[in-house]
Amino acid sequence: MADAAAITAGQVEHLAELARIAMTSDELEKTAEDLGRILSSVARVTEVATDDVPATSHPMPLTNVLREDVVGTPLTAEQALSGAPAAEDGKFLVPQILGED
Amino acid sequence: MTDDLTRLTAAQLSAGLRAGEYSSADVTRAHLDRIEQTDTALGSFITVTPEQALSTATDVDRRRAAGEELHPYAGVPVSVKDVVVTDGVRTTAASKILEDWVPPYDATISSRIKAAGLPVLGKTNMDEFAMGSTTEHSAFGPTRNPWDTTTVPGGSSGGAAASAAAFQAPLAVGTDTGGSVRQPAAFTGTVGVKPTYGSISRYGIIAMASSLDQVGPMGRTVADAAALHQLLAGHDPKDSTSLTDAVPDFLAAVEAGARDGSLTGKRLGVVNQLSGDGYDAGVQAAFTAALDLARDAGAEIVEVDLPSLSYALDAYYLIMPSEVSSNLARYDGMRFGLRVEPESGPVTAETVMAATRAAGFGAEVKRRILLGTYALSAGYYDAYYGSAQKVRTLVQRDFAAAFEKADVLVTPTAPTTALPFGTEDDADPMALYLGDAATIPANLAGIPGMSLPAGLAGGMPVGLQLLAPAREDARLYEVGARLEALVTNANGAPVWAGVPTEYAAPAASTTTSA
Repeated sequence: MADAAAITAGQVEHLAELARIAMTSDELEKTAEDLGRILSSVARVTEVATDDVPATSHPMPLTNVLREDVVGTPLTAEQALSGAPAAEDGKFLVPQILGED
Repeated sequence: MTDDLTRLTAAQLSAGLRAGEYSSADVTRAHLDRIEQTDTALGSFITVTPEQALSTATDVDRRRAAGEELHPYAGVPVSVKDVVVTDGVRTTAASKILEDWVPPYDATISSRIKAAGLPVLGKTNMDEFAMGSTTEHSAFGPTRNPWDTTTVPGGSSGGAAASAAAFQAPLAVGTDTGGSVRQPAAFTGTVGVKPTYGSISRYGIIAMASSLDQVGPMGRTVADAAALHQLLAGHDPKDSTSLTDAVPDFLAAVEAGARDGSLTGKRLGVVNQLSGDGYDAGVQAAFTAALDLARDAGAEIVEVDLPSLSYALDAYYLIMPSEVSSNLARYDGMRFGLRVEPESGPVTAETVMAATRAAGFGAEVKRRILLGTYALSAGYYDAYYGSAQKVRTLVQRDFAAAFEKADVLVTPTAPTTALPFGTEDDADPMALYLGDAATIPANLAGIPGMSLPAGLAGGMPVGLQLLAPAREDARLYEVGARLEALVTNANGAPVWAGVPTEYAAPAASTTTSA
């Protein structure tokens, strides 16, 4: 992880695209600096994470949870749409979802 | 009279209400008045709900008068952190992206609070999406610490802690992902508990990091935190991580702890890696003094090691942002919350989502989402997220070994007392994160922890943290109740009773949020 500390504004720009957050160039620079500092510290986890140590994804043992197949009481369409920025004919109204080209 | 009612503990109010000494409407109105008088200065609340609170109170009074059997705490008011979803009451997570969101459903714990008849006074301030440890990262402005309004109340449950400390509410619901209940409790001289993972349902709790988040009860006393925990806990089929065990009797544990001699033979493990260097002298002195009281009361003080601890913080700052980046993907500007269209260029779902998140999220939230996106990306996943999960195993093993030698572990909750506003502004983010070193391991391991007042340092409260093995939350209440009594006895009064009760109007410059 030798390169961990060096995060470029270009890399942050790519991350911001993946995460769908529009960022200014100032924000990209500042974030690159912050992430570099944080990553150069947290990369230490690799020092002790040897092959013989199993991973723990969850603090308590989890089992799959099933329930009886009975009808519940979901939100009504009106309730589900109550917080929507835009709605029409009982549906969410969203911008164009496919690209221009 | 009005003033007196806000000074009572929840246990006292519960008894007084049942004895008919006053009504829930009296108690609720007294707390609403107190909020009105003090909250311009403190900023504990994002939304105050006087109508709902008084309506619940009068309903409880009517049912009690009619001889109905009610929950023992029916009529005792509570504040709820604004990360808990409340049907018909704006729920913001202190974020602009949810500024106007009025949920169409209740979190399971909101339903439990309603069913038990506790009037909800309002929704408390917090760091945005519970990310932060000062409550400065709130889109609604900071909360001020009632002990000294030039200092932070801690966070992210800073509003919850301040509401309990400043007599605005006898009980407060917080949440704790890396210390967000325990550290503000320490900074405000109150009691805060992070239960065993799964003890309290998280259905309807706005998620931050799902393998770490837990709801936590807060109050001025150990008994009050226990009563709230008892009320909130229990299996919920709507939360797949909810424990199916019977809920232990936390109030019985408090009673057991209150008896003389209850500490005799109890082994309190001092964590070698969490004392000395890096801890303020005043904090260390208050912590040591509390341990001396415990020793004099018959406890055996032993030393334990948590050798992986220095890696726990690093693992946390990989696991938490990774889960944040995933959980916060739901804020897409399509189904609920804010929608912002880009100022220029094509208006597509993608550009709207990017513009919405740019405008709706604060800087710390963006930083964590991007860090998590990086840690989970192809080529880095095994090295970062995978390794962090292995560290989690090591931390759990450390605790298992430590609990062979000790019944509970004891640490200072935080290395300092409450810090002035703006301390974060130019600091290295990793240095700031170090403040959470004592609280984070419990979240990684899923074990319960409590912060209670150990005393004062420079006039400000110092928190002592107790940790117990998973599912042994009752141990915290038993040992905590005894320690609380010892500290109160040594000081001649409870630590919380020393808080200033009048606050100067805030200087505008303390607001650091954009």
